[in-house]
Amino acid sequence: MKRLDALAFCARSLFAQRARTLLIVTAMTIGTAGVVVLTWLGDAARHFVTGQFDALGNNLVIVLPGRSETTGGAPPLLGETARDLTLEDADALLRSPAVRRLAPIVVGGAVVAFGSRSRETTVIGTTADFLPVRRLSLAAGRFLPDEANVCALGATVCTELFDAKSPLGEFVRVGNRRFRVAGVLASGGMSLGTDLDEMVALPVTQAQALFDSPGLFRIIAEATSKDAVQQAVTDVRRIVTARHDGEDDVTVITQDALSSTFDGILRALTLAVAGIAAISLLVAGILVMNVMVVAVAQRRAEVGLLKALGADASTIRSLFLGEAVLMSLLGGLGGLFLGELASRVLPHFAPALQPGVPLWAALAAGLVVLVSGVAFGTAPALRAARLDPVQALARR
Amino acid sequence: MIELQKVCRVFTVGGQAVHALRDVDLRVGRGEYLSLMGPSGSGKSTLLNVLGLLDRPTSGTYRFLGDDVTALDDDAQAKVRRLRIGFVFQTFHLVPRLTTAQNVALPLVLAEVPPAERQARVEAQLRAFGLLERSHHRPDELSGGQRQRTAIARATITRPELLLADEPTGNLDRATGADVVRVLENLHDEGITLLVVTHDQELGARAHRRLRMDDGRLVADVGHGLGDRRATEAT
Repeated sequence: MKRLDALAFCARSLFAQRARTLLIVTAMTIGTAGVVVLTWLGDAARHFVTGQFDALGNNLVIVLPGRSETTGGAPPLLGETARDLTLEDADALLRSPAVRRLAPIVVGGAVVAFGSRSRETTVIGTTADFLPVRRLSLAAGRFLPDEANVCALGATVCTELFDAKSPLGEFVRVGNRRFRVAGVLASGGMSLGTDLDEMVALPVTQAQALFDSPGLFRIIAEATSKDAVQQAVTDVRRIVTARHDGEDDVTVITQDALSSTFDGILRALTLAVAGIAAISLLVAGILVMNVMVVAVAQRRAEVGLLKALGADASTIRSLFLGEAVLMSLLGGLGGLFLGELASRVLPHFAPALQPGVPLWAALAAGLVVLVSGVAFGTAPALRAARLDPVQALARR
Repeated sequence: MIELQKVCRVFTVGGQAVHALRDVDLRVGRGEYLSLMGPSGSGKSTLLNVLGLLDRPTSGTYRFLGDDVTALDDDAQAKVRRLRIGFVFQTFHLVPRLTTAQNVALPLVLAEVPPAERQARVEAQLRAFGLLERSHHRPDELSGGQRQRTAIARATITRPELLLADEPTGNLDRATGADVVRVLENLHDEGITLLVVTHDQELGARAHRRLRMDDGRLVADVGHGLGDRRATEAT
């Protein structure tokens, strides 16, 4: 039997049982759509998180004071901070040729006031390089020009204190000091839990004085290129060790390592969720098998007739297997369509999600559906091919 | 054309051996018209199934068109059925979801005849069997006589040498039964070898050579070598 004829034969048979076919195809559609949508959601979440890391900047190396290490039993449970990371340490790091620029960071909380309005906000002490390192942009003015008493406001803080007025050149009070507003950050700078709209940036020395602490919260350094990141890490360790009396007492994290860790976690999570969804596909596959077993039993006489007309075993097998695979494929296509639709519609309600099912997920779902059709269709098809024609024709 | 030598067929039913065929010897020439009669359980259907390659003898040899077909594997036997043997059943065995034309085309589809040629042959066949205006009807829209005509048209569209009919008029009233018999005899006149299994004495008596079975043995073979000129020529 030619393939096209076999296909037509299968299609006619499915059409003759359209109610049953529709139910099975629906089950397969739901199963496939489940796998596709969950895979897409997982993947979109992964893209969102890695996107957040990318938004931090390029090829960043983050230096934190102190180092977690297990020491000889309690107390202390965790290794303690041996030395503060200082502004001088930061300056020294710039000597590494692998470091393009860096921003020392001091963080604290303070009350910011203009006129009668005041507001408790996060205060970040840093340098002008903070802007390019973190890839932020300004809405107005300049970010921390080389003057003592200047500040930059986050977008929310700015509107809270100044409404629609331009704050440039006005003086605000941070803690007990006065600062001239030199710049306003563009809004939207949300990253890793720090809302940059809700902060005030001061020159790092001013912030140190304000909080009365010489230690830095962290240093964010930007390597000259992706390849230079490892060199930068080595240099940072070497320089800090030399400055800290031979003690390597800082923690160095690279943006890549952080980002790839999360990437790996979310990838595993996506696969796990897709695997759970695949169980419904398995159930749909068993339904296909059930329907085919029933079909073979009901169509014994037809199988006997086909054999009498000279169909060989492989023809009978491919006819019944064809029906199972056809049903699975119809369900698979339906599921892919529904999944793709969902992945286009849902992002309208959750803009953080990237629309569009990834190609690999669509291909994988299609493959799984095809394989399940073949796997669950084979046993009934073999049973049909093995029927004894005499008995099959005799029974009514 | 058909040569059976000491063919036996033993079934095991409930641990007991049932001899459906006992040492059946039979030679049939090309173009003969035979009837096969006998009481229920005498082995008629088993003999028909063996001749049609739907069943294998337990022992003995079956030569069909000169070849020992008992030695063939299932797929090779299927090919012989596909090209050389037609079946007509008491209950028609039409595929309910297919139209008359599609049912008649089925053997050609299995034989991988290209669609254009297929269509032409099916149309010619339907015209010859007076079914042209019913070609797009499904079996449940046909009368009993039309169903059996469709089944015969299907059985003969590959122009087989041998046509095996198992109680072809068993489910039909007298008038349509006679009509179906005419169709079968016309095919015989055109040269096909026709074997009819029947309980109907009148139908059985029409055949040129009349076989009778009882308890798995051929007990009568009347008209052998007399009835049909072509038979003697061919053997």
